[in-house]
Amino acid sequence: MNILVVLIPISLFLGGLGLVAFMWTLRSSQYDDPEGDAARILSGRYDDEPAAEKVKR
Amino acid sequence: MSDTAAFPGTGGCPACVAVQDLPPRQGVEGQTGAPLRRFEISLPTIHCAACISGVEQILDSVPGVAAARVNLTLKRVSVTAEDVPGMDDQLLGSLNGRGFEARPLDSAALEATRTDAEGRKLLARIGVSGFAAMNVMLLSIAVWSGASDTTRDLMHWISAAIALPAVAFSAQPFFANALRALRGRRLDMDVPISTAIFLALGVSLWETMHSGRHAFFDAALMLTFFLLVGRYLAHLTRASARSAAAEVAALEVRMAERVAPDGRRETVPLDALREGDILAVPVGARIPTDGVVTEGRSEIDPSMLTGETMPEAVGPGSLLHAGMMNLSGPLQLRIEALGEETLLKQIARLVEAAEQSRGRYANLASRASQYYSHTVNLLALSALLFWGLVGGDWRLAINIAAAVLIITCPCALGLAVPAVLTAASGRLFRQGVLLKDGDAFERLAQVDTVVFDKTGTLTTGTPTLIDPARLSRDDFALAAALARESAHPLSRAIMRAAEAAGISPASLESITEHPGLGTEGWLGSRRVRLGRAEWTGAAGEVERTTAWLTIDNRKAVALAFEDTLRPEARETVTRLKDAGLSVALLSGDAEVPVREMAERAGIADWTAHATPAGKVAALQDLAARGHKVLMVGDGLNDAAALAAAHVSMSPASAVDASRSAADLILLGNRIDTCVDSLRLARVARRRIIENFVLAFAYNFVTVPIAFAGYVTPLIAAIAMSASSIIVSLNAMRLGRQK
Repeated sequence: MNILVVLIPISLFLGGLGLVAFMWTLRSSQYDDPEGDAARILSGRYDDEPAAEKVKR
Repeated sequence: MSDTAAFPGTGGCPACVAVQDLPPRQGVEGQTGAPLRRFEISLPTIHCAACISGVEQILDSVPGVAAARVNLTLKRVSVTAEDVPGMDDQLLGSLNGRGFEARPLDSAALEATRTDAEGRKLLARIGVSGFAAMNVMLLSIAVWSGASDTTRDLMHWISAAIALPAVAFSAQPFFANALRALRGRRLDMDVPISTAIFLALGVSLWETMHSGRHAFFDAALMLTFFLLVGRYLAHLTRASARSAAAEVAALEVRMAERVAPDGRRETVPLDALREGDILAVPVGARIPTDGVVTEGRSEIDPSMLTGETMPEAVGPGSLLHAGMMNLSGPLQLRIEALGEETLLKQIARLVEAAEQSRGRYANLASRASQYYSHTVNLLALSALLFWGLVGGDWRLAINIAAAVLIITCPCALGLAVPAVLTAASGRLFRQGVLLKDGDAFERLAQVDTVVFDKTGTLTTGTPTLIDPARLSRDDFALAAALARESAHPLSRAIMRAAEAAGISPASLESITEHPGLGTEGWLGSRRVRLGRAEWTGAAGEVERTTAWLTIDNRKAVALAFEDTLRPEARETVTRLKDAGLSVALLSGDAEVPVREMAERAGIADWTAHATPAGKVAALQDLAARGHKVLMVGDGLNDAAALAAAHVSMSPASAVDASRSAADLILLGNRIDTCVDSLRLARVARRRIIENFVLAFAYNFVTVPIAFAGYVTPLIAAIAMSASSIIVSLNAMRLGRQK
């Protein structure tokens, strides 16, 4: 059972990593246009530079 | 009829083909260094990846545009461009020219709804409670599969360390609402929810300290998680309704052209106008506010105000009302006293009175939760008293009471309504209908009678020439020659008919247009006139909109016009009747055109000459006889009727007052979407009721088990997640079906 001392912190850490990643996506406005993002991946145009709007925000 | 036919061009998207051969982006040339500004444009018909890149490419190629970003979820594009005069028109023109229906939005009115702070906070709470629930669940599985003694205590302690701070952060909205309800001496859903969470945590902590067997940390977290998801879905529906309302308010940028005393012209917002100001109204524009004509002659189209389609001649001294359309000549008008007797004020009073008499509608969820919270609290209390007094073991009694609260807690109920409404309003939006009020959807499902307005709703509002074959070729050619030189809607109708009949215009000399009267030209030495009866020298009964053609004031030829029925109108009426609804037509127009349109649309029950107050009275009469009426209308004369109806719809082309009175807005310039919305509303209502039944059935089975003391944390976890998932899946069937 001593293995728990290692495994529980690891699982909590990994879960926490996911939580932090989620918070980051939330803060960087990645849920503002889910339908558009789903469609944009099919676009043949490539972004060579970040969109101007994002820079200004 | 399938969803794809909801918009013209949805199947064969205009841009999907058109934009392929667009020249590559022209870069930043043509920029003048003017300051940049953000323009918001509504694009109700965009739907695919090609639309996104099409719109963005078109806008990028407009000189002066720095960036354009489409938001497909909101069906909007946000353009950063130089703030030079006429930029709006240029942007809209380029999109409309490529087949995208585009409408300007007032970006200031949208600013308030842009950043969705409340939604983000809810998402963060969902994230934290979900993370905590998963981890605690992992630890609990160890306990359920047989961990004992110190291992079990260790698991419980770690669970407590995760659960307590997570709940303290995530469940705040429930605690805050419950506190507010208790202060107001009310019981709502949040009271039993908060009690359940507190009791579950308290009991579990106590058990953990005393090395007990059962801890409900996972249940408390899962409860929080599922309920937050329900809250978030409800928030999404509410937020989209609110942003729809803001979008409707912003649909028309309300500006007017003011003539300064020194003759300079400036464009100012309507709010800045004062009594006595002189306004210029160009041909084809709406009269911005009530006033008296000081200069110019023209004809005006009063159909938005009265439903009448016959143009009226106006000249200096005529009183005009806001909303009328200026047809043939530029006008200047002086703003009159904006007192209580202006037409807009009268209409506003009617709208207000109608809204008050309609009464408030209590939605299904709030009606259900009223009974629910009392029952749940009573059940838990009786479980506590029963086991405490009869069994004598108060520790066991509290455990059972907590189990009862957890198991009855309205997880499924909290998801049942929001999940259905979110799925339904999302689908509605894809069909091109804006929902301004979430309750309107439930009310729509109860409708048994549909009342249409005529002008602009069942008809397109553009005139067509009646029976062009009756005209001789020579007369037709003369009329076409005169009509070609004029932008008057009747002239354009003549041109369309002439082109369709293959008539080439006669050659006339020195054609001049006399605003408000007609057009005149010379055939050799003979004067040919096309226009109003008194001006052309014709005399005849005027039963419908008529223009007259005369040569030297003799031989009057009548060209009669009628409004054009929308191509989908008849089918819409048929489908409504097939669905078991009765359909009526209520118009302010004269008897002949109303009767003809009613016959052609297939409506037997029609009323002409209806005043705004008359429309309200007609609707209230229907309501008094127990009918639930859906009103569809667009004119100022419909605004009060829209407010009086059980539920109401307006096309996006309607006047401000009507759009703000209506519950749903039909985008995409079609009215058959109202049938689809009706059917969707009925399906949604059925799903909500199904979900209620499922939720109650689940409670009916599990409550006795909990009451008997057989509910372990494992059973609670399974029951809770199973019921929530079933309810959500049932709701989601709505969003996907074709």
